[in-house]
Amino acid sequence: MSLTTALSLGQTALELGLICSLTVLALFLSYSMLNVCDLSTDGCFTLGASVGAVVAIAGHPFLSLPAAMLAGVLSGFVTALLQTRMGIDSLLAGIIVNTGLYSVNIGIMGGSSLLNLNRTDTVYTFVKDLLKDTPLQGKQTLIVSFIAVALIILFLTLFLNTRLGLAIRATGNNPDMVRSSSINPIFTTTVGLCVANAFTGLSGCLLAQSQKSADINIGTGMVTIALASLLIGGTFLGKGGICRRAIGVVIGSFVFRLVYTIALRFNMPAFMLKLVSSIIVIIAISGPYLKKQWPMICRRFGWAQKGGIR
Amino acid sequence: MLKITNISKTFNPGTVNEKTALSNLSLHLNTGDFATIIGSNGAGKSTLFNAICGDFLTDNGKIELAGKDITFQPSHARARSVGRLFQDPMRGSAPGMSIEENLALAAGHGGWFSRISRADKQRFREQLSLLNMGLEDRMKQPVGLLSGGQRQALTLLMATMDPPKLLLLDEHTAALDPATAEKVLQITRDVVEKHHITTLMVTHNMQNALDLGNRTLMMDSGHIVLDIQGREREGLTVKDLLERFQVGAGKTLDNDRILLSEFEEK
Repeated sequence: MSLTTALSLGQTALELGLICSLTVLALFLSYSMLNVCDLSTDGCFTLGASVGAVVAIAGHPFLSLPAAMLAGVLSGFVTALLQTRMGIDSLLAGIIVNTGLYSVNIGIMGGSSLLNLNRTDTVYTFVKDLLKDTPLQGKQTLIVSFIAVALIILFLTLFLNTRLGLAIRATGNNPDMVRSSSINPIFTTTVGLCVANAFTGLSGCLLAQSQKSADINIGTGMVTIALASLLIGGTFLGKGGICRRAIGVVIGSFVFRLVYTIALRFNMPAFMLKLVSSIIVIIAISGPYLKKQWPMICRRFGWAQKGGIR
Repeated sequence: MLKITNISKTFNPGTVNEKTALSNLSLHLNTGDFATIIGSNGAGKSTLFNAICGDFLTDNGKIELAGKDITFQPSHARARSVGRLFQDPMRGSAPGMSIEENLALAAGHGGWFSRISRADKQRFREQLSLLNMGLEDRMKQPVGLLSGGQRQALTLLMATMDPPKLLLLDEHTAALDPATAEKVLQITRDVVEKHHITTLMVTHNMQNALDLGNRTLMMDSGHIVLDIQGREREGLTVKDLLERFQVGAGKTLDNDRILLSEFEEK
């Protein structure tokens, strides 16, 4: 493999990693902080993509970003409403919203399941024109995505250290304590899910615009991929301040894409992406549990003394 | 300060597990009262606290705090004026967040977007140093690293930083070793005295029940069977208390933890 191929592989992984890391940051907020596994992520990602595409096609490439985020906020609000005010289990609430969003997304795309953005002005084409004849020519995807990720990390670092942010973090940690600090955990859960889904929507919008098409399956399996990235990121920079952990999450997203891109080079078929991400999530979550069970398994089968693993 | 009028609570009504935890209970606490509560197993002590905190709606009756009817207020709204400590030291603080962040949440003023200021940190440091546990030098550490006693002392600080109108202590020293328990109790005494907080404390230590505060309540089967205060309480011994309980409840006290702790002392 020549250096140029390696570099271009690295660039692809970095671009995809950065764009998808916005979804990973959303899960960082909902899964790691709020302790809610938000299964509406797939649908919300597609929602961001379709809203972003429709607004861009209408001739507003810059408006498409806040529009996609706003759509995400609405989706997060509905998920939160179902689980906090209507007695629906949080996993089920996510699945219900996810299913409903399928129809909504096709509706937004005007009844079709694919929107082509080949001739549409997007944030990327705009930046591409700006970068023409500069040393950074052709790096528009990288630059736009990097700026978006940097801004979101900055926002998270500031936000999660405000009183509201602390309350959101405590909600996932010890809801009793939140209540005894005279804060309503329903409120913090709602705000947290709204903000997280805004990131997911933005992520979908950016991916659709960078690959110049939005299709109804763009978000399928996103929640597992993001979870895998989140857990990989946790092994790099899992402890410390919010900023450090958020950067770890982005690195996790990049590493995941890099491994995947390299695997593709070694003739792994592209359709394996989702299986691989599922297996990573299984290993990352069940690993610590199985490790704890290990002594018992050993004793059961009579290999207690041999392995020396305690 | 606290006025409870005829509250009742029956769990699982109409089933074989029906249990009347509170039955027509009334209680009036004056401002600055520090009342200790003892009672048999399942007498309704914790249920009474849950009712005051708003964990459930009572079947009937009325709860007023500082002249305001709070019967229908949700629990997080009541928390503004009611502080509470549980027996389990893990319940009062968020283990994944630092001491400083826990205190900031409990301090409870500033808007939603306010951040921990230098003045806040200074104030937290001063308050922590009063606990004499060295916590003021560990403000950035996650609370999960603290011992049970340290966490309970921190929770006490969090509950009283913005002095509540009413403080509920539910056997908050029972899970601690004797030396730490004594220390947390001393801190409790100091804090309550300093801010003149109206306090209710459940305890299984009969001697503590007589020594602490100005009033002793005994509960049995959802009733308050004994309410001793003032001159009547002076010079009362544990033995007197047990006898009075038998007269009030019509049976001997059967709290295994109380009996065990009596046994230990002998």
